[in-house]
Amino acid sequence: MDLYDKDVVSIRDFTKDQIESILDLSEKMVPYALGEKTDRMLDGRILGNLFFEPSTRTKLSFESAAYRLGCDVIDVSEMSMTSISKGETLADTIKMVDAYCDLIVLRHPYEGAARLAAKFSENPVINAGDGAGSHPTQTLLDLFTMREAKGTLDGLNIVLVGDLKYGRTVHSLADALTMFGAKLTLVAPESLQMPDDIVSDLVSKGCNPVKTDELEGVIDQADILYVTRIQKERFPDPAEYNKVAGTYRIDNTILREAKSDMIVMHPLPRVDEIAPEVDSTAHARYFRQAFNGVPVRMALLCSILGGELQ
Amino acid sequence: MNPAGVKEVKLPPIRNGTVIDHIECGQALNVMKILGVNENNIDSSISIGIHVPSGKGPGWKDIVKIEDRELDSKTVDKIALIAPDATIAIIRDYYVADKYSVRLDDHVVGMARCSNPNCITNKGEPVSPEFTVVGRRPPQLRCCYCNRMLTNISDNLL
Repeated sequence: MDLYDKDVVSIRDFTKDQIESILDLSEKMVPYALGEKTDRMLDGRILGNLFFEPSTRTKLSFESAAYRLGCDVIDVSEMSMTSISKGETLADTIKMVDAYCDLIVLRHPYEGAARLAAKFSENPVINAGDGAGSHPTQTLLDLFTMREAKGTLDGLNIVLVGDLKYGRTVHSLADALTMFGAKLTLVAPESLQMPDDIVSDLVSKGCNPVKTDELEGVIDQADILYVTRIQKERFPDPAEYNKVAGTYRIDNTILREAKSDMIVMHPLPRVDEIAPEVDSTAHARYFRQAFNGVPVRMALLCSILGGELQ
Repeated sequence: MNPAGVKEVKLPPIRNGTVIDHIECGQALNVMKILGVNENNIDSSISIGIHVPSGKGPGWKDIVKIEDRELDSKTVDKIALIAPDATIAIIRDYYVADKYSVRLDDHVVGMARCSNPNCITNKGEPVSPEFTVVGRRPPQLRCCYCNRMLTNISDNLL
């Protein structure tokens, strides 16, 4: 695929072939991401990291991906010290940062921010999460982790559990999984189930997800259990948060019902959705998943900035 | 004609102006909002028919007649958002000088705001809201920025 000079705003912008091509390149990037091999193909290029919301994994893995390829990174670590706190529009901020770098990575609390940034930036923009909207690079690393564990993405039985309403990762992920004929089961309390418009969209693409609020009874069929955190910051009402927090906790007892090769994924950070005892089991895949952010983002930077592996 | 042979005139004819016919039932007052007329800014008459028999077949429709005004294309495009079956007749000296159906383009720009309060287009940025039309009867619009479906189109018209 040719991603050269292209924006990455939504996973909907990708075809199935394009996704597979990125995952193939990500696989080749693994030894470079681990530091076992080196290639400074992006020497002299500059990445502008703009994070208007807190982030640990996404921000660090973009930085790590850039440095592994010889690309420099500029960023703003404290938004209160910038013109944004003085009321500057995002459009103006983007036009200014665009002049300082070759590629912008943007995380922003408002949905559609990355699409807007792409409109105002001459250089390509990668969406690193926009409010409750898209998070396409997380989706790509999730798909990469699934394919790495299962050898294929086709026809997997995937159970998504937790906050399916506000969790942006699961919306993008479910959308992408429909391309690969996944069987989806959506496990959440009614108040946190996947929004109807997203489910209708999945149905229109030939996927018929099963909705339930019980994890027992569906976990035994799963190839992949994708757990998400109930995000306190997305709840306007703390009482509503307290009511649903901790509803689904994955521990070794419930995992006894699972297939021996079933893997547990989580975009992290976790609070108490997954018991620490699970970490040492063969099911745990979430830390590998977090690492996979580096090779996948290396593949994207390489493709967008026109790098080539030697 | 009724049984007594008396012709019923539900809305009086107009000499010059525009008849907006086949408006979806219940949308006449929203069409008035789009026209932007009220008692303070117009000197000619307006007739509104709400829930009148559709002449095209079974069912009901709304109708608006406005004297001494012809609509610009932007106003007609907005009407298409809430009344996709509406027809526009331009009346000159009691005769229909022109008649056409409203048409909803595939892409809608600057005519409605996104109903998602967290959408970047509602945050004072220098952009017009943009939507892709994904359904026509009734109109269904998806925001090109936040990707959400626009709900309550008539409440979000600009």
